[in-house]
Amino acid sequence: MPMKFTVVILGAPEGSLSSRSALEFCHALLEQNHQIERLFFYADGVHNASSLIAPPQDEADLPASWSQLINEYKLDAVVCIAAALKRGILDHNEQTRYEKNAANLGACFSLSGLGQLIAASSVSDRTITFGS
Amino acid sequence: MSRILCISRHSPYQTSSACDALDAVLAAGAFDQEVSLLLMNEGVWQAIKNQQASLLGRTGIGKKMAALPLFGVKQVYIHTPSLTQRGLTRDSLHLDAVQLVTNNEVRTLIQQHDQLLSF
Repeated sequence: MPMKFTVVILGAPEGSLSSRSALEFCHALLEQNHQIERLFFYADGVHNASSLIAPPQDEADLPASWSQLINEYKLDAVVCIAAALKRGILDHNEQTRYEKNAANLGACFSLSGLGQLIAASSVSDRTITFGS
Repeated sequence: MSRILCISRHSPYQTSSACDALDAVLAAGAFDQEVSLLLMNEGVWQAIKNQQASLLGRTGIGKKMAALPLFGVKQVYIHTPSLTQRGLTRDSLHLDAVQLVTNNEVRTLIQQHDQLLSF
């Protein structure tokens, strides 16, 4: 029986396995025809939405893998705006608002508030968190 | 409306986890969800009174915790074994309206809620 999931990612691509575990979990869900209502990137997890991460060639590029997954399945990927701003993850609007010299939010992600987590969770069968 | 249980298991200032959890709980309250908070493991330190976070250059977590009832957060639960393991008692806590829970009661709490937010 297919279920609807909200997946919360709290870990950065570097420094913990959290992001990778979440990514593999999402692949497994979709391969088994479950639905992902929303991906919510929070705390250090917002770094997964950076388009400026450049890992060495022989290492996994998790931000690129997330973007690929999101585009392939047309997923809704929300990045917590408060968590993102303090960690230097900005879209063009925020770049202008805070007069910074670059924007780095990946094209398939959007910045929004914690309400987006609560809204998704309230219509999901399960909310799964991948810790820091 | 869904019943949300947020489990917060980290100390208040070592990482941003405790604060992130409280922000999520407050957001859930603001969106009229039935939300409760469970502090366990190192998370019980969040409820300790007489914190002086300013010495760490941080904002105290007490203000956010005090705001929980204003946002309609239904209940704060504290895992009793986590308190005991750390030599703490109910008298060490700054919140009056907390409910101490055993391992079995934690199990029941998880069953009674629709969604878990884990920090």
